[in-house]
Amino acid sequence: MVGKPLVKVHLWSGLRALAGGSETVELRAATIGQMLDALIAKHPALDDAVNAGVSVSIDGRIHAQDVTCPVSAENEIYLLQRIKGG
Amino acid sequence: MAFDEKTEGFRVVGTRPDRPDGIDKVTGRARFGADAAAPGMLHAAIVRSPHAHARIVRINAEKALAASGVKAVVTRADFAEGLEGEMWNILENVMAGEKALYDGHAVAAVAAASALAARDAAKLIDVEYEALPHVTDVDKAMEDGAPVIRKGAADSSVPAGMHPNVVRFHESGHGDPDEGFAEADLVVEEHFLTEATHQGYIEPHACLATLGADGRGELWCCTQGHWNVQKVCAALLGIETSKLRVTASEIGGGFGGKTAVFIEPVALALSRKTSRPVKLVMPRADVFRATGPTASTSMDVKIGMRKDGTITAASGVFRCQGGAFPGAPMEFTAMCAFAPYDLKHVKQIGYDVMTNRPKQAAYRAPGSPMAAFAVESVIDEMCNRLGLDPIEARLKNASKEGTKASFGPKWDRIGLVETLEAAKAHPHYSAPLAEGAGRGVSCGFWFNHGGETSVQLALSEDGTVQLSVGTPDIGGSRASMCMMAAEELGIPYEDVRTTIADTATLGYNEISHGSRVTYASGLATIEAARDTILKLCKRAAGKWGIDPDAVEWRDGCAVPAGPNAGDFEPMPIREIASRMGSTGGPIVGHYEATPEGAGVSFATHIVDAEVDRETGATAVTRYTVVQDAGKAIHPAYVEGQYQGGAAQGIGWALNEEYIYGEDGRLQNAGFLDYRIPVASDLPMIDTVIVEVPNPGHPYGVRGVGETSICPPLAAIANAVSNAAGVRMRMLPMRPARILDALDEQGVAGG
Repeated sequence: MVGKPLVKVHLWSGLRALAGGSETVELRAATIGQMLDALIAKHPALDDAVNAGVSVSIDGRIHAQDVTCPVSAENEIYLLQRIKGG
Repeated sequence: MAFDEKTEGFRVVGTRPDRPDGIDKVTGRARFGADAAAPGMLHAAIVRSPHAHARIVRINAEKALAASGVKAVVTRADFAEGLEGEMWNILENVMAGEKALYDGHAVAAVAAASALAARDAAKLIDVEYEALPHVTDVDKAMEDGAPVIRKGAADSSVPAGMHPNVVRFHESGHGDPDEGFAEADLVVEEHFLTEATHQGYIEPHACLATLGADGRGELWCCTQGHWNVQKVCAALLGIETSKLRVTASEIGGGFGGKTAVFIEPVALALSRKTSRPVKLVMPRADVFRATGPTASTSMDVKIGMRKDGTITAASGVFRCQGGAFPGAPMEFTAMCAFAPYDLKHVKQIGYDVMTNRPKQAAYRAPGSPMAAFAVESVIDEMCNRLGLDPIEARLKNASKEGTKASFGPKWDRIGLVETLEAAKAHPHYSAPLAEGAGRGVSCGFWFNHGGETSVQLALSEDGTVQLSVGTPDIGGSRASMCMMAAEELGIPYEDVRTTIADTATLGYNEISHGSRVTYASGLATIEAARDTILKLCKRAAGKWGIDPDAVEWRDGCAVPAGPNAGDFEPMPIREIASRMGSTGGPIVGHYEATPEGAGVSFATHIVDAEVDRETGATAVTRYTVVQDAGKAIHPAYVEGQYQGGAAQGIGWALNEEYIYGEDGRLQNAGFLDYRIPVASDLPMIDTVIVEVPNPGHPYGVRGVGETSICPPLAAIANAVSNAAGVRMRMLPMRPARILDALDEQGVAGG
């Protein structure tokens, strides 16, 4: 884990009960994909919700799919439910 | 993903050229879903459940199979087994298994030599049902004792103790709403209802399928996403994806309703069984009964406001009825509800509720219009009570870059304030109202989307360009793609032809949804053109004997980058193209990516309406749409999207609704009884294009196709409520409902 930045992920309130009541979770990750893997490893109860599809807001820019996008300690990171449309 | 931005000096972008598909469509040359035919083709018909909820005891097809011209019957046994998750849900919807879950649910299908023979044979298929209790109302489906649609359908998000029909749950927000309500001078809490509506596309679903015993097939269909059709059909038929080639026809409207798969796997199964091509066209009644309308909703919204218009807190509970399968867009209803406002205290809760209705499908900004109806109605009511100007009050609370969104993150660059300022400055807003008329204002929000995208741009020997994209053209995208390619390449718009490629000729492309096409396929087109330009410059450099880095592309020509690069005459694209066979081979640019910079979009609508107090009829007399497009590539198409959203919103607000009887059957499965607006129902719809560039697109484009349907329900309801003097909290506001409301308030005329 050394070398990966410590990022803070905000959970929507419906997820918090599955993560021990925490509003935020701190994780070591360099990309969105690593962040989601680390989140499930830390809180296995989030597996279904994350695998059902999530989008990730990084500094206000919503990333719907690309798990290769880098994340850093300076980013504001929010999990959102998967964005789609009509 | 960083792009070379271009924000000014456009030569093609921003103009209004003729649409490339216009002549085909007005002359009948365009080929839609039902226009396909093949030698030896059979016709199919589907047998549908007449019950809202029933166990399928037995299916006997002997009489049908003995009828003249009948070639095959398929049931659930003819599809793949062992599917899980969403693919199982789709199969269960395409062809019922043990139970029919709604009126119109497919239970069998037949192929015959003619459409008439197929329809007659369908009537000969004997299905024995055991009727079960049903529920079609969202609130009743959540009550103790309500019939259970499917045990175990709920996911882990649902709190303990909820009825099994509640299958997903969402909660988001921040702060403490109770603390905020305590700081308010006025707190209003109201209950709202909206009925399910259909997208109302004119072209019914249609397809022509061929699937051989070797597992290889061809499928022609009207769809918003043929790669998705390919993936779903392959799974449901148990074949490998690449063995099925899918071509998207011209599309006679989609609006989200053609993002789902309904009939294509059935036609393929019949083709596999008969070794003949099979054509399947949905009758209009089937479109209503068995495709996907919107969710219906039951909503509670509470807002606190100070006398100066500051919103101190907001909360909402949004119950979305999604039919017999999980998927009602309650998370979007919840997240979009308060998105226009910068709130210290906010909480939104959503419930996805199953009923005995067809599985809901996307319809332009799924979930958002209903939320705006509830929230913006309460804000209008509060402005009335506090004597506030409705636009000033919204400006006072408006979300802007850097403020915290109601669903969590800080906003990137957004244009809500600009739409409100433009609406306030528009002559409509200050125009005097006729006696008895009312004016309504509403904001609306939608996220927009990027998605997997693949584009190829091939140069012809005469210097013209063939652009292949994979996103079906549901709103004029071929024109905007041609324009963006022409802009980059420095060639005339008319020199670019855009084709919707089939699944065998491009990489995967996500569905045309989420207002993503002009954004994502446009971005890919620009990048594919830039890739092509690099190759063109390299050919010129080879001819001149200089380094490719010393060549630039300007106005459709390769030119030396500066005096040190050498003294050469500009080399036009036609000259390079004419020699490409002998200078390295064909020149093709391409781009594949999942663009993630789709900018969100806001709109503000102004509506004037008059209410006839004797009949309850509403006339929308003036309508203005103000919306942020980021950058309008083809302004006429953008205006068309704005007007289309408003027109559909007028229908949703005033007349359109799914009406279910006590027997759980749909009562109005046709355009005679399901009333979409006609031209005489609509005013001229004025438009204002606001352009706050999206930093995630090279030209600043934001999707525009969906946001335009977010504000109309509320804006019209506010206009009607202000005209009638009574708050309308249930949609549609059909005449009888308005008369009832007037009677209750004692303000009826006549």
